[in-house]
Amino acid sequence: MIEALSYAWMQNAVVASILSAIACGVIGTLVVVNRMSTLTGAVAHASFGGLGLAYLLGMPPMAGAVLVSMGTALGVGAISSGTRREYPDTAMAAFWATGMAAGLIFVRLRGGYAPDLMSWLFGSLLTVSRTDLVLAGSLDLLVLLLVGGLFKELTAVSYDSEFSRIRGVRTALIRSVFLALTALVIVMLMKISGLIMVMALMTIPAAVARMFTKGLRRMMILSSILALALSLGGLALAYVLDLPPGAVIILLAGALYFISHIVKN
Amino acid sequence: MILPVKISGLSAGYRPGHPVLKDIDLEIMPGDFLALIGPNGGGKTTLLKVILGLIRPMSGTVRVFGRSPGDETGRIGYVPQMIPGATFPVTVMEVALMGRLGLRGMWRRYTPADRLAAIHNLHLLGVADLAAEPMDNLSGGQRQRVLIARALAGEPDLLLLDEPAASVDQKTQESFFNLLALLNKKLTIVLVTHDVGAVSSYVRTIACINRVLVSHGETLPAEAVARAYGCPFELVTHGVPHRVIGSAEGSGDSGGEP
Ligand SMILES: Nc1ncnc2c1ncn2[C@@H]1O[C@H](COP(=O)(O)OP(=O)(O)O)[C@@H](O)[C@H]1O
Ligand SMILES: [Mg+2]
Repeated sequence: MIEALSYAWMQNAVVASILSAIACGVIGTLVVVNRMSTLTGAVAHASFGGLGLAYLLGMPPMAGAVLVSMGTALGVGAISSGTRREYPDTAMAAFWATGMAAGLIFVRLRGGYAPDLMSWLFGSLLTVSRTDLVLAGSLDLLVLLLVGGLFKELTAVSYDSEFSRIRGVRTALIRSVFLALTALVIVMLMKISGLIMVMALMTIPAAVARMFTKGLRRMMILSSILALALSLGGLALAYVLDLPPGAVIILLAGALYFISHIVKN
Repeated sequence: MILPVKISGLSAGYRPGHPVLKDIDLEIMPGDFLALIGPNGGGKTTLLKVILGLIRPMSGTVRVFGRSPGDETGRIGYVPQMIPGATFPVTVMEVALMGRLGLRGMWRRYTPADRLAAIHNLHLLGVADLAAEPMDNLSGGQRQRVLIARALAGEPDLLLLDEPAASVDQKTQESFFNLLALLNKKLTIVLVTHDVGAVSSYVRTIACINRVLVSHGETLPAEAVARAYGCPFELVTHGVPHRVIGSAEGSGDSGGEP
């Protein structure tokens, strides 16, 4: 068990877990209280279209994913706000499906098998690279800087956007910052741990934290701690049981979610 | 004189070609305590949103403290019509602090002065002891009072309240209207309500809105006209100047009843 920590890949996995947990806790909290959990799924799946496009054009996959995930998050925001007033979940479903389909077509147009894309869908904590870690660390810094600096605006806009606007807050800008950060975090997490992990870690720790805290700041801290505990616990358990860590982490998260609901009632 | 609100020839609504409000002329004097009454769907909330700059006029001009709506940031306190059942992990104190948003720029934290203003107004509304409670744990009436404290924390010169007494019991209502009357010594108040009987002894003027302005001021309390537009004129106690804002459709003198 302890000797596993001497492997470079295990060290990387632990660092990746810590870095992901910070982003998940902070951004996941905002996603959950804005009732946009589905956005995680929509952005992650739609970015498959970006990966396909990058593959087709011979661009770096990360570039395609960032482009399309940003477009999806901001697009959902734009369609479901202002005078259009589309239901956000409908907009999310539309982007979700369209992005996936586009990805499939692009891969088909390029022809052949795209093993790279598979790692984005079913990525593994055990194969993260140094570059991934540097990127994740930088993104964490950006998240902490922006969310820390704009905390009162982000809270107010999430709670009562109309009132915030009346008090002079630039609500559209604040919302775009939130959506863009969400997109970036999702792409980063996908690169590190794959699509399914993203959905679990962005929503479950925050959802559980919400049950046991009464303010956003504490909810962010608690969900970061929970995300970290789940990741490290899952990694250890997976190592002992010789199972894929991603799946074990998600199962642990799911168990925590259901148990919390039972305990809370 | 710079009026808190000066509206002329206003048409406004949500869809082009379908104004909810038509040809509204309304001046609100400094120190006024105006009750805005009228039937459901008459456009009371819409009028407040125009004043707040949330809805752009289709035509006409709106001036709030001599400026365009939305430009006078910080001078209006707004208590929105309650959203029932909304849940959000935020404490009473944090909500009250939001009233201070306009006074602190982006990237700035709330200051001790902000906290003081927030707690002072929570105290004024009798909910200071709940400051650390989550909003979700409050009753409808308590929540409403927190929202009023939030509006007051911004130190507004004009306070707009959209049916604030709707989820408050009779006794609380009276002390609440007394509080408003007290606040009215320092600021202009517009109170949307459909219970004009309850407020008539507190307010200075009453305007009835049902899509357009029909008559205005003390000179023309045309009861029949008002009735025709669904404005409960008989409830208005005597001596209060009325403004009647009536319906765009139908003609004013078809009301019949004396
Ligand atoms: N967001 C909206 N979009 C479209 N129409 C609306 C909206 N809000 C209100 N309306 C319409 O505008 C009219 C006036 O509504 P409102 O100002 O809320 O009335 P009141 O507050 O007097 O009950 C109603 O006919 C209502 O259906
Ligand atoms: Mg209304």
